[in-house]
Amino acid sequence: MTKVRAGMTKVVAGMTAALIVAGCASTEARAPKVAAPKPPQDKALLARGEALSALGNCRTCHTRPDGKSYAGGVPFKTAFGTVYSTNITPDVESGIGAWTETDFIRAMREGVDRGGHNLYPVFPYDHFTHVTDEDDRAIYAYLMSRTPVKAPHPHNELVFPVNIRASLGVWKKLYFKPGPHHDDPARSRAYNRGAYLVEGLGHCGGCHTPRNAAGAEEPGRELDGGEAEGWHAYAINARSQAPVPWTEAQMTAYLKHGWQADHGVSRGPMAPVTDELGDVPEEDLRAIATYLVTLMGSHAAQHAPAAAQDTSSEAATIYAGACAQCHDGTQPLPFGGIALPHSIGVSGESPRDLFNVILYGLPAAEGEAAPMMPAFEGAFDDRQLTQLAAWLRVRFSGREPWTEAQLEHELREARRKGGEGARYPAGGNAIDPAKGSSRP
Amino acid sequence: MKLDVNGQVHDIASEPDTPLLYVLRDELHLNGAKYGCGLGQCGACTVLADGEAIFSCVTPVSALGGRRITTLEGLGTAARPGAVQRAFIEEQAAQCGFCIPGMIVRAEALLRAHPDPTEAQIRTALQPHLCRCGTHMRILKAVRRAAKA
Repeated sequence: MTKVRAGMTKVVAGMTAALIVAGCASTEARAPKVAAPKPPQDKALLARGEALSALGNCRTCHTRPDGKSYAGGVPFKTAFGTVYSTNITPDVESGIGAWTETDFIRAMREGVDRGGHNLYPVFPYDHFTHVTDEDDRAIYAYLMSRTPVKAPHPHNELVFPVNIRASLGVWKKLYFKPGPHHDDPARSRAYNRGAYLVEGLGHCGGCHTPRNAAGAEEPGRELDGGEAEGWHAYAINARSQAPVPWTEAQMTAYLKHGWQADHGVSRGPMAPVTDELGDVPEEDLRAIATYLVTLMGSHAAQHAPAAAQDTSSEAATIYAGACAQCHDGTQPLPFGGIALPHSIGVSGESPRDLFNVILYGLPAAEGEAAPMMPAFEGAFDDRQLTQLAAWLRVRFSGREPWTEAQLEHELREARRKGGEGARYPAGGNAIDPAKGSSRP
Repeated sequence: MKLDVNGQVHDIASEPDTPLLYVLRDELHLNGAKYGCGLGQCGACTVLADGEAIFSCVTPVSALGGRRITTLEGLGTAARPGAVQRAFIEEQAAQCGFCIPGMIVRAEALLRAHPDPTEAQIRTALQPHLCRCGTHMRILKAVRRAAKA
């Protein structure tokens, strides 16, 4: 706590200093241009732009649950206040209709808007800076081909001095490393393509890398595990806690179909990601899998589960009465419950997502087949939930038990903010019960 | 164990991992809560635990020792229906009626937490409940009526 507060103080002091030099810190502005863009016609370019937009998952952050695609207005609650995503449809007044291709590429590369003002790093330009001009052009063409939506931007609600965009100059100086991605000549084409997509457009680190007190991804801890919408985003590098080591085929199937027989269904904020990836060329998904599985390395397979855990405790009774009938491993995925020895929720480093799925369940999808799980928010009290999580951990993961303090903290956080990220139907629309079962 | 249901404390003889629904129906003969899917996916078994809606078919009875359970029977009687029950009758929201006890109990939980719910709150609250007769619009009207009562 003290450490965090000290960090924040540092940031605020830094930003105040930035304000003093704000005048000279801002990037050059461009003259306004108001002519409506002509919709581009090149079909191959648009198709590429659509696939790239899905890889960048633009839609999820730029679309309200009840809103039109890419029209923005989604609130992002940060430690510094609330930032709303922008309208990236080609509406001239409220969207990016007046932006030139050069403006768009500059925003992706440098994190500034059309007028040269700094953008909030909720927009992950720390990753998008690695995207090639060629790919940026295709994304721009695709976005400009969308139907313009008039949707004015709600006012951001941020604390001083972060509410003044120029103050971001200091943040960028400290944490933003602009520049293209460099291939590793010693590695395969697929690995390099995967690295480019993961570190660039895919911005996996936006959720899967821990952030410091200034809200920046911690350098040197890439993909070590982070947080998104109150959910833990698991480590997807050598620190992976997956109970079954991922193979390239398994991860490709998971990303494409929203589930995989040995690893489960995507849920929480990962569900819309696999939803978007469902239509991306499989070659790109395989490249992402190649890169991530290489990072994970041949980490140890699952530890042997602990010998018979006591069956008379209250937690054991709750497991028998509430969990076992779906999770005893007799029902096939994606609609049956995952066998808990295969569950990252139980074997991962944080119990946060285990609490999230128990509290909020997996919601039914509207008009779609999707896995679902009932919410147990009202059924069990905090003591029962922490005891249940502790019991499941010992019984099914064979990993080091979670500490009592960790269980209490993570449950409190899950109750405080996990519900928001629980609204996504598991697997997204990509869920395909006939697929995702590929085994090596 | 002892269990508080509708303000009365009962001695329960069932095994600890028995779902609350079986205890209510078989041991206490309270048949308001219904057995639908047995998996917490249809909502017909919904009851209140300390005012919060729970699926009684997937909640072991022993976990509820310290909680006050309210079933459909606890909300009113045929002669003197409660406000939500009255609204469902007035809107004729039941066709076969099997899902309605769960819907009424869920609406009760919603209105206790949000006495003047928005349309979105009503729809989100009822999302875990299935009705295959198709009286959905009447059910929504009944909840809106109950909120105004």
